[in-house]
Amino acid sequence: MALDKPYLNVPGTIIFDAEQSRKGYWLNQFCMSLMRPENRTRFKADERAYLDEWEMTDEQKLAVLARDLNWCIRTGGNIYFLAKIGATDGLSFQQMAGSMTGMTEEEYRNMMLRGGRSVEGNRYVGEDGDAQAHRQPQGSAFKKH
Amino acid sequence: MATITASVYTSHVPAIGAAMDLGKTQEDYWKPLFAGYEFSRRWMRDHKPDVVLLVYNDHATAFSLDMIPTFAIGTAAQYRPADEGYGARPVPVVKGHPELASHIAQSVIQQDFDLTIVNKMDVDHGLTVPLSLMCGEQDPATGSWPCPVIPFAVNVVQYPVPSGQRCFNLGQAIRKAIESYDEDLKVQIWGTGGMSHQLQGARAGLINREWDNRWLDQLINDPVACARIPHIEYVREAGSEGIELVMWLIARGAMSDIQEGRVVGPAPKLRHRFYHVPASNTAVGHAILENS
Repeated sequence: MALDKPYLNVPGTIIFDAEQSRKGYWLNQFCMSLMRPENRTRFKADERAYLDEWEMTDEQKLAVLARDLNWCIRTGGNIYFLAKIGATDGLSFQQMAGSMTGMTEEEYRNMMLRGGRSVEGNRYVGEDGDAQAHRQPQGSAFKKH
Repeated sequence: MATITASVYTSHVPAIGAAMDLGKTQEDYWKPLFAGYEFSRRWMRDHKPDVVLLVYNDHATAFSLDMIPTFAIGTAAQYRPADEGYGARPVPVVKGHPELASHIAQSVIQQDFDLTIVNKMDVDHGLTVPLSLMCGEQDPATGSWPCPVIPFAVNVVQYPVPSGQRCFNLGQAIRKAIESYDEDLKVQIWGTGGMSHQLQGARAGLINREWDNRWLDQLINDPVACARIPHIEYVREAGSEGIELVMWLIARGAMSDIQEGRVVGPAPKLRHRFYHVPASNTAVGHAILENS
């Protein structure tokens, strides 16, 4: 019997459930390793070599090298783990979150100062809010994928 | 007998900790936020508890994907602030209360809640930012937090997370546990995290001011109904990370107007309420409720 997953029709959102977690186990464990300063140094010195020490898929490694957090999340990453990569790069949570929207840092920061993204049109896939697939990318930042 | 004197609710945004650690609290961006906690810091000094039971979530810090406990209670003598990738926050070590914590573990497990018992872990911003907000800046070496703290970690990272109803019921079990402890201790219970925020995908930056404030009204005045809100409503209305709010229901369920899942007495006294947007990606909510 199919499991109850009522969250699959929320636009622009991948819920980190047991299935995603299983897919992302090594990607997320790699991220955990960056909580040690010596590992951050080794990763920054040769990112590909460091990633090759982990049983991640090639796609997961490419997503990390591209610093494409949406791509990382699709392959099983979770933002609280992925945040360790951003921390290693010296980024704030706001810079990391903003990078997933297609907005520039300034555009995203200004949206937050104006009270954040509205929920209107963004509750269900198929509405017309700014988080819907047909309205991506949202800002003027270069879209990588 | 130990008693719960009050409950405190607050968001635990990491950028708030960074603003305090880097001396930015008087900058225009942060000033209104910290102004909302001025009353709370005075209140904390005037109503110093003997112990705080601090409900929070670990953000992939102490618990990796190797093990993910749904509910975990810290029974250690102390906890170090964690290095989350930026280096550890410059705040004092958190002293625990092993005796009360083990008592709560024993009692709550006997009330059918399966707690994981943790004797060694570092604590991340989920625990230290609420302490900083309520207690102000503390020197990491010469300063200290005002009282021992029992960390109570809830999994809200990997779905499914516990329901609001289960959290509300757990709060009631925690109160029974605390009230069966012989020593006269004044205990506060804090529920942290939230309010609306989403940190992922094209919907990152979602804020829902109306929903947050309606939810907070309900948490205070009609907690039984608030506890029935299903996960999906938090995700849809308050963002994928807004689900952290279920942790506030643990603190609310521990207040003395609740018995056997029902409201049996007058609502606790609302001493303070504050709401502010934005702190980084997040809507900050805060309330203090006192048992009469």
